[in-house]
This record gives sequence, structure tokens and C-alpha cells, in this order.
Amino acid sequence: MWKFLLPIGAFIALVVIFAMGLSPNRDIRAIPSPLIGKSAPIFTLPDVLNPDKSVGNASLAGQVYVFNVWATWCVGCREEHETMMEISRQKVVPIIGLDWKDELDKAQTWLSQLGNPYTAAAFDAQGRTAIDWGVYGAPETFLIDKKGRVVFKHIAPMTMDAWNKEFLPRIAAARKEAT
Amino acid sequence: MSRWSLAIACLGLMTLLLGATGARAVDDKGQLEDPALQSRYERLTKELRCLVCQNESVADSNAFLARDLRTQVQEMLSAGKTDAQILEFMTARYGEFVLYNPPLEAKTVLLWGAPFILLLIGIVTIYRIMRRRTQMPIDDEPGLSR
Repeated sequence: MWKFLLPIGAFIALVVIFAMGLSPNRDIRAIPSPLIGKSAPIFTLPDVLNPDKSVGNASLAGQVYVFNVWATWCVGCREEHETMMEISRQKVVPIIGLDWKDELDKAQTWLSQLGNPYTAAAFDAQGRTAIDWGVYGAPETFLIDKKGRVVFKHIAPMTMDAWNKEFLPRIAAARKEAT
Repeated sequence: MSRWSLAIACLGLMTLLLGATGARAVDDKGQLEDPALQSRYERLTKELRCLVCQNESVADSNAFLARDLRTQVQEMLSAGKTDAQILEFMTARYGEFVLYNPPLEAKTVLLWGAPFILLLIGIVTIYRIMRRRTQMPIDDEPGLSR
């Protein structure tokens, strides 16, 4: 009896494991961020639109905000740009952009031609701030709560679906919390 | 007898092939001045996994993030940071995923234990097959009559 059940059981177990591995809902490239629940790194960087001026996230303490990593070399960022514009028109939360390892003139052209969804866009030429945030690809979008903690990280181009389902409910919950 | 020597030969060949890889590194930045730091740098970047191309180490990868992380490791070594501090810096940002050598914890027990469990299953299976064969009556062999 065991002689037949054991191989069949093992076979079924393997099929289940492989099916889970091949599931289209599973993104093998998505690495969970260890920053969730921890304090978001504080940064001060040049402003993309006005490099003599600096922008950062220290002044956003007490506010819920979105942090979006993008670059002109990033195809996914071009893909999500319209969505980011739509989100910025909703005026729900400030959106801080991090222009990662980019060229300043290209970034400025991008924002002037395609529109600027950012409350402030920071220029991270060296990629130091990106390393602090554990960024390993673009685009990546973070949600930060009033206490400055990372609540959520979205690793893929932003979609209205992700915004409505993953971000808006978390923003509403984060707003209710005390500062 | 010959079956055993074949198995041992296969094992030896596998060990040789495994040992032959992993002796190269792309290096764009200059060497660190102190050879001791340089060897720590080479070891650390081999232990770190490149996040963009997930089957390469930070030492082997040409992705620009891997280059940035190599620079980061060099600078931290020059600043006198310990290996543990550097790995801690990386894990705090990228998670344990970044380590090719993850620590033995409750959630990694299966990862570390699986090879030994499989080896045990294999040994038990071989033992049972061999025992069954030795238990076969010898006088079944053709040509031998009493």
C-alpha cells in the first residue's frame, strides 16, 4: 500500500510546489523590504528643477507622504508617469520624487515635457539615498506615515489599481493615527 | 565493487567542477591600498548577492547597483568598519536576501536542513535496497547446484 501511496503523494506535493512557483501572481524579482515598519531614511539632496536649492524629507515629519523612485533611463517609469500625474491631480498626499542615477538636463526635460507629478523632486546622482532606502530597481514607490515610518513598498510601475487597492486604504489608516 | 568506485569518481569530479568556478571577479575600481582590506573587500562582495541580477554576487555583477554597492563596501572598509558592520548595513537596507550565506534562524532552518534531510533519505533508501539484495538466497544463482 505504502509503496504506491508514497510516490504518488510525493508527486502531488511536487506538482503543488511547482504550480505555486509558476503562479503569475508571484513576482520572483520582488524582494520584501526590511524597512517596512522602520523609520524612513532622512535625506537632503539637490532639487532637480533648481539644483542650487536642496530638498529633503525631514520637513515632512508629521505628514503622510509618498516617495517615488524614478529615472529617465527607466522604462517602467515612463510607463507609470501618466498614473503618477493622475495621482498628483487627486492631491491626496505629497509625492516626493527621487531621480536615481540620472542626468540633470534629461530629468528636467522629462518633467517639463511629460509633466511634474512631484511636490518635490530630489536628484540622487550618486545613488546614496537610493541605497539607504534599499532601492534595487526603478520604479519603486513607498508610503510613509506621520511618524516617518515606511508603511508600504510597491515594486513595479504604479497603476491606478495598485493606488486604489494598496495605497488609499493605507493612507486613510495612517491619517487616523496620532502624530 | 566497480559500482562504488564509479560513484566515488563521480563525487570527485563534482567537487572538482564546483571548486573550479568562483575564481573571477569584475573589477572596475582600483584596488584598496592595504592588501588585507582588499582581501576582505573581495570576500565581502562575493558574500553579497546582486539584487538586480539575482544569480550573481556583487563581486561578479556588472549592474550599476552592484558597482555602487562595491564602492560602498570599499568606503566602509577604508573608514575602518568591521565585516559584521558592513553586512549589517546591507541587511538593514536590502534584507537577508542580500546575503549568500543567510544566518541559521527559525525561518531558515528548512533552507539549511533540507540538504541533510535529503542526504538522510538517500542513505536510508540505499541501505534498504542493499539489505534486500544481500538477503536474497545465494543458491538462487544459476549454475550452482548442490
